[in-house]
Amino acid sequence: MASSAGPDFDIVETRDLSRFYGRRKALANVSLSFKAGELVALFGPNGAGKSTFLGVLSTLLRPSAGDVTYGGRTAQDLGDAARTRIGLLGHELFLYGDLTARENLEFFGRLHGVTDLDARVGDALAAARLEARGGDRVASFSRGLRQRLALERALLHAPRLLLLDEPFTGLDDESAELLVARLRQLGGRGTIVLIATHDFDSADGLVTRGVCFRNGRTRDLAAGSGTLRARYRATLQEDWT
Amino acid sequence: MIGVFRAAWIIARKDLLVETRSRELVYTTLFFAVSCVLVFAWAFVREGKPIDNASAGVLWVAIVFSGTLALGRAFERERQSETLRGLLMAPIERAAVYLGKLFALLVLMILVEIVLVPIVALFFHAPIGRAPWLLAGLLVVGTVGFAAVGTLFAAMLVRAQSRDVLLSIVLYPVTVPVVMTGVQGTAAIFAAEPDFGLAQTCLTLLIFFDAVFVTLALWTFAPVMHE
Repeated sequence: MASSAGPDFDIVETRDLSRFYGRRKALANVSLSFKAGELVALFGPNGAGKSTFLGVLSTLLRPSAGDVTYGGRTAQDLGDAARTRIGLLGHELFLYGDLTARENLEFFGRLHGVTDLDARVGDALAAARLEARGGDRVASFSRGLRQRLALERALLHAPRLLLLDEPFTGLDDESAELLVARLRQLGGRGTIVLIATHDFDSADGLVTRGVCFRNGRTRDLAAGSGTLRARYRATLQEDWT
Repeated sequence: MIGVFRAAWIIARKDLLVETRSRELVYTTLFFAVSCVLVFAWAFVREGKPIDNASAGVLWVAIVFSGTLALGRAFERERQSETLRGLLMAPIERAAVYLGKLFALLVLMILVEIVLVPIVALFFHAPIGRAPWLLAGLLVVGTVGFAAVGTLFAAMLVRAQSRDVLLSIVLYPVTVPVVMTGVQGTAAIFAAEPDFGLAQTCLTLLIFFDAVFVTLALWTFAPVMHE
């Protein structure tokens, strides 16, 4: 893969992970394990801790207690190199409106040390179906187009851990289907994909596992053959004390 | 992973490209700086004759005020679409983000100074041709010191509600030594009886301030950015 060398993550684990904002506990002793190729949906009400969890896994936030290991090593052990293998697509898209789509990809590709950058950027624009608009400023794009570009920005350096916060926001049906196909392909290549979402319909049939967040605590989705939405509701109704 | 200076250059080049497109910072900063000089000229120039030793102070006040404006806006851009988080997600040392932003700001502030100095010379009869290299040295080195602290504080305050007000409150007390030394050195060149020795001493002192401020900023930038 055309990317900088970096540590390989075959498993990402959190142990007793907690995160406080002042006195409020956003994550409470979360212990989870994700293996290569898993596509995991993170469900939960607003403010349940999903975005904070992704923030800690991305290394942007430090845990208040507990730790995260990437392939058996902590972020501190790996240092800045940990981020060579992590891709993040947040609520906001990390794109510069005054730069063109191509310039945005080139900029982040250079920072990630992506080799064969021209070819990779061309592939990324094709994957986002933005070849014809590669020279247009991102400020002129609709939310959906920006979302597609931002996903390719997050994938440019071939991450082994992909963190997506509401990736289906602003996508039309066709784009959402393309995203689902892309994520399946990534999972098939061994990428760990974590998706924080409220879009049960898009996640249904895509994810291999679901985790429910509630008040900073987590629980695997209740087993059953129903839809993700039904299993999520059933999980929320369980006794969490 | 790429080296810190290469990463800094990539970030600085991006900032300069964005500025070339929008020209927002250079126009607003320049307009503000020139307005500042014109207001001072209105107050301190009577019948075509400026009051003694005003030019150095006016020049530095215009640089500092317009620089503060540029500092705030430079990070405001990174707040939109959370691109600062995008930078922090790159596998580069945090110091590279600081150095890249600092370098781009320096280019902008020096461009403004290139326009500002002749205007001050025109209104305040400042003899800028007397020791041009020494004057340029004082301005550039002084600007580095001011921007070094300003870049750190602007990054720290990027998520604060009243960041524009807070930036001025925290920035000016810390940069007072840089500004006072810059004013003193520049005044020594502009004086009726110039004192180049004093100007040289001020330049040396400014280099010392730069070393201290840049080192402290590089040391504290990573922890500040982590949260």
